[in-house]
Amino acid sequence: MKLPIYMDNHATTQVDPRVLKAMYPYLTDVFGNSASRNHSFGWQAEEATEKARKQVADLIGATSKEIVFTSGATESDNLALKGVAQMYAEKGNHIITAATEHKAILDTCKRLEKEGLRVTYLPVQTNGLIDLDQLRSAITDKTILISIMHANNEIGVLQPVAEIGKIAKERGVLFHTDGTQAAGKIPVNVTQDNIDLMSISAHKMYGPKGVGALYVRRRNPRVQLTAQMDGGGHERGMRSGTLNVPGIVGLGEACALAKAEMPEESKRMAYLRDKLKDRLLASLDEVYINGTQEHRLPNNLNISFAYVEGESLLMGINDVAVSSGSACTSATLEPSYVLKALGAGDDLAHSSIRFGLGRFNTEEEVDYVAEKVIDVVKKLRELSPLYEMFKEGVDLSKVQWAAH
Amino acid sequence: MAYSDKVLDHYNHPRNVGSFDKADPNVGTGMVGAPECGDVMKLQVKVNPETGVIEDAKFKTFGCGSAIASSSLATEWLRGRTVDEALAIKNTDIVSELSLPPVKIHCSVLAEDAIKAAISDYKSKAAVGAGRESVKA
Repeated sequence: MKLPIYMDNHATTQVDPRVLKAMYPYLTDVFGNSASRNHSFGWQAEEATEKARKQVADLIGATSKEIVFTSGATESDNLALKGVAQMYAEKGNHIITAATEHKAILDTCKRLEKEGLRVTYLPVQTNGLIDLDQLRSAITDKTILISIMHANNEIGVLQPVAEIGKIAKERGVLFHTDGTQAAGKIPVNVTQDNIDLMSISAHKMYGPKGVGALYVRRRNPRVQLTAQMDGGGHERGMRSGTLNVPGIVGLGEACALAKAEMPEESKRMAYLRDKLKDRLLASLDEVYINGTQEHRLPNNLNISFAYVEGESLLMGINDVAVSSGSACTSATLEPSYVLKALGAGDDLAHSSIRFGLGRFNTEEEVDYVAEKVIDVVKKLRELSPLYEMFKEGVDLSKVQWAAH
Repeated sequence: MAYSDKVLDHYNHPRNVGSFDKADPNVGTGMVGAPECGDVMKLQVKVNPETGVIEDAKFKTFGCGSAIASSSLATEWLRGRTVDEALAIKNTDIVSELSLPPVKIHCSVLAEDAIKAAISDYKSKAAVGAGRESVKA
């Protein structure tokens, strides 16, 4: 077993060697611009991007012409939201999203609000899921778009996209889903689920960084977008810029591998994740799993070790790469807004650790990580005045804290 | 973020972890911070009432490594000082000793607050004690 162990696969994943192998020729000999229409360099490049387009489409139940290549999910989210807001401005000016969305959605919505759009941020229930009745009642005749993520990047919970798609379709509202964490991990079908737009990213599924795609429905309804970048009119005019051929080939290969291996891989992920969870729960008291366990990515475990602060825990398990919702680990010095949205209280956000298992994790690594976490949590609880008070039977919620 | 060697040393080998009996008249207890802010420090001093010297100090901290290190260091510095000397410890002393980066300065502030709170708790107890004695006399 090699240290350090990487268990932060919601942040990014290692490029699969098979993906790299597929990309290699397009970083060397086959270097053409896929928009060059009059020589073999261009034709070969175009052939490669079109193959990749099909691979991406096949993973999500779309057709090739519905795939727009981008630089990643952040760009896809921006293009979807701003593109729809501008294109459908005459139809309406209202967007519905959720409090636990990724910043690429939330901050794009904030910008759109400054430009005069109205945005409803649906709260989530304690299990992390939106309430479909609240969604229904939030829709007005001015609503043009619902943007609700498929799988959450922190707590891995799966929103009911099929139901949301159905509601959106009934009400004649477009439905965008940020599929960054879901695509390649769990079955996704834009046709069955009535998804009109979906963002995906290569580097979350063992592909390279800097490439992603936006699925844009072509039929029933045909979704139109205002381009956010002016230029050569690539990607059916929706996203100008010379195609990142090697990156796109990598994305395509990553999608093909994910599709082929998903049934087995998701089972293995769930087995490892559950083993980790069971070990932690068996050895430690006052441990809380954040978000529903029923509707969840197979590779995600987000767990709060009460009375232990997340950054200090990370410090103790410094040969294991995971992340925490603690304020001390964030750039903004605010605890995770996703965990806060669950209503669990800031204290549990400060105590949370996100384990993101991936294709290259082994059972031996899971055993090592479980032992290490258990040791460090026990050690830090010896140091924790809160754990001491809890053991003495003090109700911490009733204590008058000298907040600072 | 990289931690300084001194922070790592205090984190890995925290000094003077533990608790004294809060009801002991010679013990001053300071508890500062709040769980929702991500750090709570409990710092206790045991004072020799004859000499006013802090004979022992203990801490428990819920917080990041720098918060743990700041309070661990504070207990080291408190031992052997008089109550009044203890009040002279400034958060900036802790910052420079542990080479804390700007985002961790609040940990040192919290440690200074904890020292002040513990001393003030001891002093108020001592004043009550003295009051009782004078009543007796």
